Amino acid sequence: MTDTFEPVIVGFTCNWCSYRAADLAGMARIKYAPNVRLIRLMCSGRLDPQFVFKALAEGADGVLISGCHPGDCHYIEQNYKTMRRFALLKRTLAALGIEPTRVRLVWASAAEGNILAEEIDRMVAEIKALGPLNWKQRMMKDKGHLSAVSSQPTAVTGGAQ
Amino acid sequence: MAEKIGVYVCHCGSNIAGVIDVVNLARWAEDTLPNVRVARDYKFMCSSLGQEMIEKDIKDLGLTRVVVAACSPHLHETTFRNACQRAGLNPFLFEMVSIREQVSWVTQDKAVAMDKARALVSAGVHRVLYHQPLEPIFVDINPNVLVVGGGIAGIQAALEIADQGSHVYLVEREPSIGGHMAQFDKTFPTLDCAACILTPKMFTAGHHPNITLLTWSEVEKVDGYVGNFTVQIRKKARKVDTTKCTGCGVCEDKCPKKVVDMVFEAGMGTRKAIYTPFPQAVPNYPVIDVENCIYFQRGTCKACEKFCPTGAIDFNQQDEMLTIQVGNVILATGYELFDARRIPQYGYGRLANVITNLEFERLSNTAGPTGGKIVLRDGVTTPQAVGIIHCVGSRDIKYNVDCSAICCMQSLKFAHLVKEKTGAKVYNFYIDIRTPGKTYDEFYRRILDEGIHFIRGKVAEVTDVPRFPGEEGKLIIQVEDTLAGRQLRVPVDMVILSAAMQPRADAKEVAKKFGISCSANGWFIERHPKLDPVATMTEGIFIAGVCQGPKDIPASVAQGAAAAARVLSLIGKKQVVLEPVRASINQEQCSGCRICNNLCPFNAITFIEDRAVSEINPALCQGCGTCVAACPSGAITGAHFTNQQIMAQIEGILWDVSNRHLVHEAEAVPA
Repeated sequence: MTDTFEPVIVGFTCNWCSYRAADLAGMARIKYAPNVRLIRLMCSGRLDPQFVFKALAEGADGVLISGCHPGDCHYIEQNYKTMRRFALLKRTLAALGIEPTRVRLVWASAAEGNILAEEIDRMVAEIKALGPLNWKQRMMKDKGHLSAVSSQPTAVTGGAQ
Repeated sequence: MAEKIGVYVCHCGSNIAGVIDVVNLARWAEDTLPNVRVARDYKFMCSSLGQEMIEKDIKDLGLTRVVVAACSPHLHETTFRNACQRAGLNPFLFEMVSIREQVSWVTQDKAVAMDKARALVSAGVHRVLYHQPLEPIFVDINPNVLVVGGGIAGIQAALEIADQGSHVYLVEREPSIGGHMAQFDKTFPTLDCAACILTPKMFTAGHHPNITLLTWSEVEKVDGYVGNFTVQIRKKARKVDTTKCTGCGVCEDKCPKKVVDMVFEAGMGTRKAIYTPFPQAVPNYPVIDVENCIYFQRGTCKACEKFCPTGAIDFNQQDEMLTIQVGNVILATGYELFDARRIPQYGYGRLANVITNLEFERLSNTAGPTGGKIVLRDGVTTPQAVGIIHCVGSRDIKYNVDCSAICCMQSLKFAHLVKEKTGAKVYNFYIDIRTPGKTYDEFYRRILDEGIHFIRGKVAEVTDVPRFPGEEGKLIIQVEDTLAGRQLRVPVDMVILSAAMQPRADAKEVAKKFGISCSANGWFIERHPKLDPVATMTEGIFIAGVCQGPKDIPASVAQGAAAAARVLSLIGKKQVVLEPVRASINQEQCSGCRICNNLCPFNAITFIEDRAVSEINPALCQGCGTCVAACPSGAITGAHFTNQQIMAQIEGILWDVSNRHLVHEAEAVPA
């Protein structure tokens, strides 16, 4: 199965640097692994760790977090807060038994479409080597742990309130 | 009421349709995704026909949400938001999905591209269900303006605004406006004297009915937001009552204490303990330098008070705090000179006749300490040979990586002045000559024709230790001439260091005070380096002149005027419209833990003591959402980026895999 395994990765990018880096990679027609699906936030500082848990619980094999380089934050210094939060997040993930390579933080400026593409390619290759995460399944075996994540609002049938 | 979503897939000619089967994508969206009332594909969604298609569907089918899958939202989000608005749908009930930049342009395999496009469209549809109508925020603009820094950029900005009729508070740290330009001798490339072109502007600024000049003052605190800033200014005590002082100058004549003037004369001349920095100072009131005044240090003297004909000296005067209300701020805080002592091998501070560019300006200035005579430190000897070293502390990874932009032209000007005034041999030691301004290269050619020597190479050392005959009593410049490929020792009498412009030591503090960003080296960061060079990321705060990066006088003046134009256009609108993508705190839920308080770099969050809750000022909030992610009670909502919207987007984006592994598991179990 690992031979044909194509990981699915959710990417969270800031609006100003990293999402624009993805735009630039497109404009430059750089071909990179299609496994990362991006979600735009205004700033990497908006990244609530529960987004990461949610993505992993919903079946993602990895999560990419990307923002402006330290010192270049559109909101002055919020990416430093992302950095701090990421350090904590990694410890929590380790405690949950999730391999550290599955969740990573990448700085990509709006001029670094190629760097974002390279990082995505590298990440996809590494997660391919690791194999699927199957977190939901792991959690179900190890029951009880998942309830914390699945209690998030589900959006499949709703309408806005 | 069930939401009705319209999904529109763009072909973008063949840009998208060449890779993704757009017809199938649309059909799939209509058949599979929740609440999709209609899904269509079209050649060019952004064309007027494409937009009209959406508008018609909103009206005819009663769509309540719209998703467009096309290019990047940075390109056409506004286009489609406007289309929604025209059809009577709140523009924030729209979501854009990028299937061109993120799929068709970067993916080769068509089947895989389709999978990714489906995931992104699904994410958009799931997200848009939770969108809420948002209304822009309107804020009134106070027409008063604060300009910080009275150099040429600040003066220009103040004059433009004041002429239009708005009131300007021009704050300057030093006793007089004028800035660095007032210290200069001639200006390149025209060689007209700096004072001749600057002082009329200074005078106009000083006497303009719409300008309140606050010299010898500093901004202490800034609160508020675009249109409504409250600024506290410390008016330092001059010890002179400006309502009585006539600027006659008797006090200065009578003051017995001479002090080396490190600021205006750059250490080349002296002033008194009570002084106006230069004769054309605006305002022309003196200030007492308390640290050097004999009365303040020893308790006796009062010569100035004794001789003042109007009784204006006030030894008991204290600092005064002013609070002003302004709608916009222009920062034009300028630069400071690189400290050439940091390059010990050039000998500045150790070898008397090694001087900086600013010192040379004073030396050459007719109003300067030598009356414009270019002489050595002894005050009489005319130099026979002068070396000018370019790029001192600039274009150097050890000090400042950036080019100071003006030093080439300034050094050429120095070469001309030295040659003209003394007939000395002049050597320029340069890495590259950079003369890109209008008529600048012509000036360079002119200097070349004047018989100035140009040696391409970075100077290794300036020394007074002779090794060869003819070097005794000279300063020897050791350099590799990289064009001739040989080592040179050039004996000269005077060395001028073209020291770099660098950010003011307190630039980062100032940036923090005004809530703007500063690059790692300390230049203020503009909103966009090309398209928005004088605005900052903080609405209502503009920058002009060298505080934004090294530049010459014409560019500083242009930026001063540009910043003024930006401010005037805001004032003209009377109201400013702010994007509603901002955070707000549900006070019922707020536990008052104050975790969010220190996270906001814009000081938008305040803690209300009596209710023990935090509150966000929507006009100050820039919408980054960091506080939203940090709130342990979930009391903060980031409009248009709510937890619910993002969680739904995650579910949507993983529509195909959320149950993938479970299915595999079920299949794997033997019957």
